[in-house]
Amino acid sequence: MLRLPPFRYYAPRSLEEALRILSDHGSQARIVAGGTDLYPKMKRRQIEPAVLVSVRRIPELAHLAGTGREGVTLGASLTLARVLAQDELVLAYPALARAFAMVAHPPVRSMGTVGGNLCVDTRCTYYDQTFFWREALGFCLKKDGTTCPVAPGGTRCWAVSSSDGAPVMIALGARLRLVGPRGERTIAAEEFYRDDGIRYLDKEPEEILVEVLLPPQEDWKSTYWKLRRRGSVDFPVLGVAVALRMESGWCREARIVLGAVGSCPKRIREAETLLEGNRLEPDVIAAVAHVVARSVRPLKNTDFLHLYRKKMASVFTQRALRELAGASLMDEASAC
Amino acid sequence: MSGFNVIGKPWPKVDALPKCTGETRYADDLHFPRMLYAKILRSPHAHARIRRIDVSRAQAVPGVHVVLTGRDLPTRFGILPVSQDEEALCVEKVRFVGDPVAAVAAVDEWTAEEALRLIEVEYEPLPALLTMEQALAESSVRIHEYGDGPNIHKLVSLEFGEVAEGFAQADYVREDIFFYAGSTHLPLEQHAAVAHYGPDGRLTLWSSTQTPHYVHRALAKVLGLPPHRIRVIAMPVGGGFGGKSDPFSHEIVVAKLALLTGRPVKITLTREEVFYVHRGRHPVLLWIKTGVRRDGTITAMHVRSFLDGGAYGSYGVATTYYTGALQTVTYKIPRYKFEGVRVFTNKPPCGPKRGHGTPQPRFALEVHLDKIAEDLGLDPIQMRRRQIVEAPSLTVNWLRISSCGLRACIDRVVEASGFREKFRRLPFGRGVGFACSAYLSGAGLPIYWNDMPHSGVQIKIDREGGVTVFCGSADIGQGSDSILAYIVAEILGILPEDVRVVTADTDLTPVDLGSYSSRVTVMAGNAAVEAAERLRRLLFRAAAERLDVPEDQLLARERRIFDQADPERGLDFAEAVQLAEARFGTLGAVGSYKPPKAPGRYKGAGVGPSPSYSYSACVAQVRVDPETGFVQVEKIWIAHDVGRAINPRLVEGQIHGSVYMGLGEALMEEHTFHSRLGVHTAPSMLDYKSPTPLEMPEVECFLIETEDPNGPFGAKEAGQGPLLPIPPAIANAVYDAIGVRIDEIPITPEKVLKGLEDKARGGSGRVGPTSIPSLTWPEPIRVEPPPEWRSSGDLT
Repeated sequence: MLRLPPFRYYAPRSLEEALRILSDHGSQARIVAGGTDLYPKMKRRQIEPAVLVSVRRIPELAHLAGTGREGVTLGASLTLARVLAQDELVLAYPALARAFAMVAHPPVRSMGTVGGNLCVDTRCTYYDQTFFWREALGFCLKKDGTTCPVAPGGTRCWAVSSSDGAPVMIALGARLRLVGPRGERTIAAEEFYRDDGIRYLDKEPEEILVEVLLPPQEDWKSTYWKLRRRGSVDFPVLGVAVALRMESGWCREARIVLGAVGSCPKRIREAETLLEGNRLEPDVIAAVAHVVARSVRPLKNTDFLHLYRKKMASVFTQRALRELAGASLMDEASAC
Repeated sequence: MSGFNVIGKPWPKVDALPKCTGETRYADDLHFPRMLYAKILRSPHAHARIRRIDVSRAQAVPGVHVVLTGRDLPTRFGILPVSQDEEALCVEKVRFVGDPVAAVAAVDEWTAEEALRLIEVEYEPLPALLTMEQALAESSVRIHEYGDGPNIHKLVSLEFGEVAEGFAQADYVREDIFFYAGSTHLPLEQHAAVAHYGPDGRLTLWSSTQTPHYVHRALAKVLGLPPHRIRVIAMPVGGGFGGKSDPFSHEIVVAKLALLTGRPVKITLTREEVFYVHRGRHPVLLWIKTGVRRDGTITAMHVRSFLDGGAYGSYGVATTYYTGALQTVTYKIPRYKFEGVRVFTNKPPCGPKRGHGTPQPRFALEVHLDKIAEDLGLDPIQMRRRQIVEAPSLTVNWLRISSCGLRACIDRVVEASGFREKFRRLPFGRGVGFACSAYLSGAGLPIYWNDMPHSGVQIKIDREGGVTVFCGSADIGQGSDSILAYIVAEILGILPEDVRVVTADTDLTPVDLGSYSSRVTVMAGNAAVEAAERLRRLLFRAAAERLDVPEDQLLARERRIFDQADPERGLDFAEAVQLAEARFGTLGAVGSYKPPKAPGRYKGAGVGPSPSYSYSACVAQVRVDPETGFVQVEKIWIAHDVGRAINPRLVEGQIHGSVYMGLGEALMEEHTFHSRLGVHTAPSMLDYKSPTPLEMPEVECFLIETEDPNGPFGAKEAGQGPLLPIPPAIANAVYDAIGVRIDEIPITPEKVLKGLEDKARGGSGRVGPTSIPSLTWPEPIRVEPPPEWRSSGDLT
């Protein structure tokens, strides 16, 4: 098998200790939680840290409190399986529950964490490969190379944001609490992501994502639709997260966020504006879906043809909105 | 119920418990003191000349014992005597990304891997030929120096009877072109091998292989050692499907490293390397033309197949013939012409995958027949059902049909699925499709020419009644060890648990050619029947004397030998064994099996003959999402003529596995490569899409028993045949659901949408290839059909 490169492993028991180890080692260190994404990447030499700092023993990161009525705090090191086992939370935040339930497959959800999912590395056909493969094809910008095989003329990396949780957190209006050597800060989930396949997070290497703060759900309804070839295992190659604040059939506020079609989750404000002040009538839904599909430009660096993913952005937006309008879409949901 | 005690009953597999508890030791589980680990350096180029290799820096790494290059192993090998074109490590040229170039043995895997990076190879890149069209057009660039033309590994042209005459008698002639993508076996266990060269001057290789006998021969050839100093042991195999039936570079490499170091050496391929080693399904472009009477009766058929072989020969010559040989064993085809070509390209070598060369033409044939039925306004099932081959009979290409349960298979699935009520009557987006198929129960000829048995069995018996069966066959999970135990237990009147099975060890067991071509139940089974019956004769003779009962009145069952007329009068099995040993000396018996001589007498007649053919019929029900193009297979009904189910539970397991594999090929599996550099685009289990259990439909199986005269207890194959009807049944069901023909496997959501969009714009909605490469075919070898096909007047 592919072997892990050698590294030093720390398992601090407090945030302070973790921060100290991280600042001691600077860019040599990486944070690890479940390791479901990081260890395979280390075996493929995509990421070669000399030091790993586990956050699994830090009590603050395992926090879980609140209700849908008052808002919920989710510690970053909670496993996805643990979150999915909270019935009240699953009912209060259906989009989040669906997104987490669709991450990879059960063994990964038993190890993978909330923080790991939100910080997961961007993905690309040309990057998520072994050292041998990348050498055979020619190294890319994101690791060891100087050109991007996806857009050879350009200077940026087009690796794809592949978190199921990220678009949902943005749609739900979640806030993230980070702690770093210069203190702590709380930011909107939307501000956490950057449109850059390499520097895809607004986070310093020494900063630790501690927890996610989910706002009260009140009149919000939400859902998440995911495109992937198989009913399990696969990363998203399109994610549509929608949250709507509804008042007796009228949409008062809308958030529509597309995942896995660019280097960061993308809010489609034009589509949100179209919805706001309207009922979820078929013509409104069609118009919104049209705007969504027009606003995304997937590239040829994931599974499925990029033009197909663009088309599906419209179909999946329609389905998400129809679902929130009360339609039963079980048949269609089972196909994807 | 038959009079059997063991046969026909769902006994557990003999190796079920250790597999369930995790105690089965696979090749990678072997550990020996002082063992070294090997890694192989592979080519990053699709096609290049090796200018220079410098191993000095790798050699100097602490912990590295030996670094090998092609010069250490220059003798070429390959599974077929006509295609000895592989080198354990490439000597002058690399031919695909992943071709082995050098190897390291070190104290651990990590050190070996680090040392690989220090090997300097200077390559001179050559133009990479990545498609069949490129390879056929670029005759100045040659991947190999041998073959039937520039980059043509094999050209075949055969004509059975005058096809022109047959087409002239047709009322309707239709031509179609299909493409079937290449796919890989995806066994859970990666290939692994351990070699040890002992102080006795003998080499032992433990390997995850389906064909220990052929590995034995290849090792002797390449290493230059006499075969009696080499012992090959096939370990339990964690999935083969044809992917472990060639002798492989890594097996030879560890053997050589063990010779040089005097220490045990192990190699386990990474998942990525398994994709490069490959030998999977050939991508096949296929043109088919059929002439029929108004009622659908076939008067002639002409098939042209183009196989994208990848960089080496492997089983490719056989595969080429297989894309043409078995069209004739389901429906009566009175005139038949087949032209096939296998093209070398700079991609991982293709070879045998479950169904070996027959799923591609079967897909084409079954979809083509559905189209003909629709064109003529005929019922697609009736059209097929009324021209099924007879048994016994000879096909136009001289294949002997000994039994055929296809009609019963068709009737069972049509009835159970409610096909007639559903076909063309379900709402848009839902549909049913139908297809039939046939497969061989073992190749009629061995891979290298010889007159010896294909399978041998020895039985030893101890004084307390324990029985040990020795056979060279390799259990790859299909249950062949269990089949030997059931057969011997049935004949000797004992239970499967009384039988110990020792298999796949070239020092201990008589030769069996291996687990390929669905041959083991029939061939090793027949050998076991012969050996067990010989032994039973000795036991009966001794028992008859003691009991004073005529031998032919004795019966062996439930661990006793007794008088049929007076069951109280009998002996315990162990008692009979002791009497027989006292009477005849040490007990033992051998049995062997050689298939009936194939009746065909033309060049190419060696591929296709088999002791018997299995038959399958299948109905698939699908739901197609017209907005996303996703195809969901809701249910599969499948009936399989297995001759006799020696263990119905194992047969059903084989059918379920075949459905699963066929489903993956039909809907998503595909080997794809970078269009310029030839790098495999998805060499991992995450990116190479194969279905999960969630995609698996409900499967309803029906076993049809025709008691074939050539099979042990009438058994035929079950391991490969049931895969064949799955892709065409699904393709036909998709058409029934949405009125769009996807003439290309896999049927992906993108293709479905493309078809629907084309149809919405007024097009036919068909998605698939529209042309075949132009090629000058050689004059066909004209073969006179068997006498029953010769009268040209009435071809029906």
